Amino acid sequence: MAIETTGSISGVELTNDRPTDPSAFLIEPPRTRTKRTGRKSRTNFEMLAWLFMRLSGVVLVFLVLGHLIIQLILDGGVTKISFAFVAGRWASPFWQGWDLLMLWLAMLHGANGMRTVINDYAERDTTRFWLKVLLVTATVFTVLLGTLVIFTFDPNIS
Amino acid sequence: MPAGTLYRGREGMWSWVAHRVTGVLIFFFLFAHVLDTALVRVSPQAYNSTIATYKTWPVNLMEYGLTAAILFHALNGLRVIAVDFWAKGPKYQRQMLWTVVTVWVVLMAGAFYPILQETLRNWFG
Repeated sequence: MAIETTGSISGVELTNDRPTDPSAFLIEPPRTRTKRTGRKSRTNFEMLAWLFMRLSGVVLVFLVLGHLIIQLILDGGVTKISFAFVAGRWASPFWQGWDLLMLWLAMLHGANGMRTVINDYAERDTTRFWLKVLLVTATVFTVLLGTLVIFTFDPNIS
Repeated sequence: MPAGTLYRGREGMWSWVAHRVTGVLIFFFLFAHVLDTALVRVSPQAYNSTIATYKTWPVNLMEYGLTAAILFHALNGLRVIAVDFWAKGPKYQRQMLWTVVTVWVVLMAGAFYPILQETLRNWFG
């Protein structure tokens, strides 16, 4: 695409005989508040979300890689997994706690990542809104279901 | 750089793209994985028959792919943390990416037989 303009952007002279508003090519710094920006937030939600991604990420490296080693590599890999194998592991509160923490951190980490992706690519306000409604619904459902399954697991179910 | 774009190419942009793609893939798998595990509350038979699909060779190959996605996301995530919190992180972000790629290749080579052992035994005896 040919861009024809006059003016100066970041010291780069753009010369052409047809004048165009140079601000048309400026990208606003991310924190710039414009008329379309909502009123100033009173919470630090975005900073806390940013921090959560890093803290949960470090913990998940250990939880998830440990999970993969146990489930996919040790003792014959994936072939050993069965109801009995799950029952054996969830007999221990340690592995119940491991899986519960992994479930919550991974789902919240993933949901926040998906929120970022939606914000980046869904340009219409209503599209963004409904995608986020779907995301929150799926996330709450999955976290609650997983939690319920871990806490109510019955090794003697028939 | 063309006007009107934030995309700058090279290692920084492509690692960001790979981080995003692997993240989305992992999230969708996680959703499915919680659902399949929830079958332990239905019956041992329901759980075992669903888990049987995880042991077929096409899904076994996908497990290796999932491991590849998770391992890259994990290692590159540690790099992102280093870029954000280590004073010299931004300066060495490119070297750190190639370190990530190297460690990823080595670990994926090491995981090749352990993860695919059943499929490899079936195919090659």
